[in-house]
Amino acid sequence: MIISVASGKGGTGKTTIATSLATVLGSSAQLLDCDVEEPNCHILMKPVLQTCESITVPVPIVEMDKCTLCGKCGEVCRFSSIVVIGNQVLTFPEMCHGCGGCSLLCPEKAITEGCRELGVIETGLAGPVEFVHGRLRIGEAMSPPLIRAVKAKINPHKLAILDAPPGASCPVIHTVMGSDFIILVTEPTPFGLHDLKIAVEAISHLAIPLGVILNRSDVGDREVNKFCVQKGIPLLAEIPHDRQIAEGYARGNLLVVSAPQYIREFLEIYKKITELINGSKSNLKEALS
Amino acid sequence: MKELVIISGKGGTGKTSLTACFAFLAKDKVLADCDVDAADLHILVHPRTIHEEDFRGGVKARIDAEKCSGCGTCRESCRFGAITAELVVNPLSCEGCGVCFHVCPEQAISLEEGLNGHWFISETRFGSMVHAALLPGQENSGKLVALVRNQAKVLARKQDIPLILVDGAPGLGCPVISSITGAGRVLIVTEPSLSGLHDMERAMQLVGGFRIPVSVAINKYDVNPEVAEQIEQVSARAHATVLGRIPYDPQVIRSMVHRRCVVEDGDSPANQAIRVIWERLEPDLLS
Repeated sequence: MIISVASGKGGTGKTTIATSLATVLGSSAQLLDCDVEEPNCHILMKPVLQTCESITVPVPIVEMDKCTLCGKCGEVCRFSSIVVIGNQVLTFPEMCHGCGGCSLLCPEKAITEGCRELGVIETGLAGPVEFVHGRLRIGEAMSPPLIRAVKAKINPHKLAILDAPPGASCPVIHTVMGSDFIILVTEPTPFGLHDLKIAVEAISHLAIPLGVILNRSDVGDREVNKFCVQKGIPLLAEIPHDRQIAEGYARGNLLVVSAPQYIREFLEIYKKITELINGSKSNLKEALS
Repeated sequence: MKELVIISGKGGTGKTSLTACFAFLAKDKVLADCDVDAADLHILVHPRTIHEEDFRGGVKARIDAEKCSGCGTCRESCRFGAITAELVVNPLSCEGCGVCFHVCPEQAISLEEGLNGHWFISETRFGSMVHAALLPGQENSGKLVALVRNQAKVLARKQDIPLILVDGAPGLGCPVISSITGAGRVLIVTEPSLSGLHDMERAMQLVGGFRIPVSVAINKYDVNPEVAEQIEQVSARAHATVLGRIPYDPQVIRSMVHRRCVVEDGDSPANQAIRVIWERLEPDLLS
C-alpha cells in the first residue's frame, strides 16, 4: 500500500504527519521523502544511512570530427539545449531533459551521451522504519526524474509513506501518482484553504481517495471544515496548535515524541485510511459490476 | 529599477505575509507573485484584474489511432514511459520532447500545445500586480515565473516605478531558480526550526551560486531562540545580513483571516519587527 502526504501550501505539517505516521507503524512502514528540493524527514527520523547513489540524466556530447553541422539536433531539441551556430555546436546541458532525441536522430551518429547529476538518493533505517530520501543537487532545476528515482525504491512488502513536495504542480503529481491514498495536510487560514482547493483540483482526476488533516486547527477560521463537508472530503484528524509540539519540531523531535498522546490518534488515522481505501475499492467494484 | 525577491526554501515560513507587509509599507512598487502553482498574495491585496492572458508553455504528444500501424517504435524511443502498451500517450508522463513524433514511420503523432495556465495584470489596494495561476497539476512553472517577472518589469518601466517586490516559490527547483535568476536582491524568510535552518542553508547556497546579495529575516524567532542563534551564525558565515527577528504573534493569522496584513492592524510585536526590517531594507532598494 502507498500513502502520499501532500499539502498545496508549504509549511502546514506534511513532514510532521508523514514521519509520525511512519513511526507509529514501525517495522511495517517505509518512509520515502519525495520533497527532494528541501527534504526534511531525516531531521525528524534521524536515520542511519547505509547507501548513497547518484542519479543522473543523460546529456549530449558532440563528436566534432563526425559532425557535419547539419543542424538537425537543434531542430529536434525542444528544450533549447543544443544548437548549431556557425561552425560550432553549443550544448546547454543544464537545460537538457535527457530525451535522447538529438543522439537518436543525428544522421552522422555524432552525438553520444554523458550525464548530469540531478542529485542523490540515500537509504537507511530509522529504528525499525525503512528510510529513503532524495536530495536535489543545488542549482538543479528538474526534480521529477529524481522523484521517480526515489519512488523506484518503494518496497512492495511495506506500507510506503511518501512525503510530497508542497504546491500543486508537476513534482506533486509525479509523487502522488500510483498512490492508494492521499492525505492533504492544511491549516485553517485563507492561504491554507486556497491552496487546499488547488491541490484537490490537481489530484482529483487521478481518482485516488483522499482525506484532510487540519493542523493547528484552532488558530484561524472554520472555512476548511466547511469546504471538506461541502466536497464530501473526509476530515481524518484535527490537531490543535500546541507550543510543545512546535518547540519539539524546532529541535527535530517527532510529534508523537513531543506529544505521545497522539500515538493512538495516528493509529486511528491509519485505520480510517484503510477503511476509506477498502470503501472506495468496493464502490469501484459496484460501479463495474 | 530594483527587484527584491522573497524566498524561503522551506514552505510556510511567512514569505507571502511578509511580501504583503512590504507592499503596504513601500511607497512605489509593482508586485509580482511568482508562486505560480499555489499563489496566495492576491488573498491579502484584493486584486481587480484588468488584463488576462493564456499561458501555453509546452506541447504533449498525441497518437492518431487511425494512422498508427501499431509498430511500437514510439514506445521504445520514449524515455519517460509516457506511451502505454496500448500505444496511448499518458499526458502526465509526457515531457513534450517530440522524440516519438520524429521516429514514427507513419507520421501518426502530432505535438499539441495545451493550456498550462493564465497570467494577469491587476490593480490592487497596494498598486499594480502581475500574477499567474498554473492550471492545477501542470508543468512549465519556471517559464511562467519568468513571464510574470518580465511583465512586472515592463509594467514598472511603463509606470516609472523603481521597485518590484517578488513573492517567490518554496523549494529550490525550477520555479525558484526562475524567480531569482538576474534579481537584484534576495531576502530569505526562515523560521528557527532545524528544518528551517537546513532549508535556508540550501537556499543560501543556491542564491550564492548566482552571486546575488542575500539577507535574512527570522520569523517566529522566539519559538526556539537557540536555533535562531544558529541561523544568525550560518548567515554571518555566508555574508548574509540578518535584517530582523519577528516574534511569534497570533495577530499575524488574525489579520490574515480578515484578508489584511499585520502591519495594517494595531501595534502588535510582529508589526513593529516587520517595520524595522523594512526600514533596514528600503535604503538599499532605492539607492
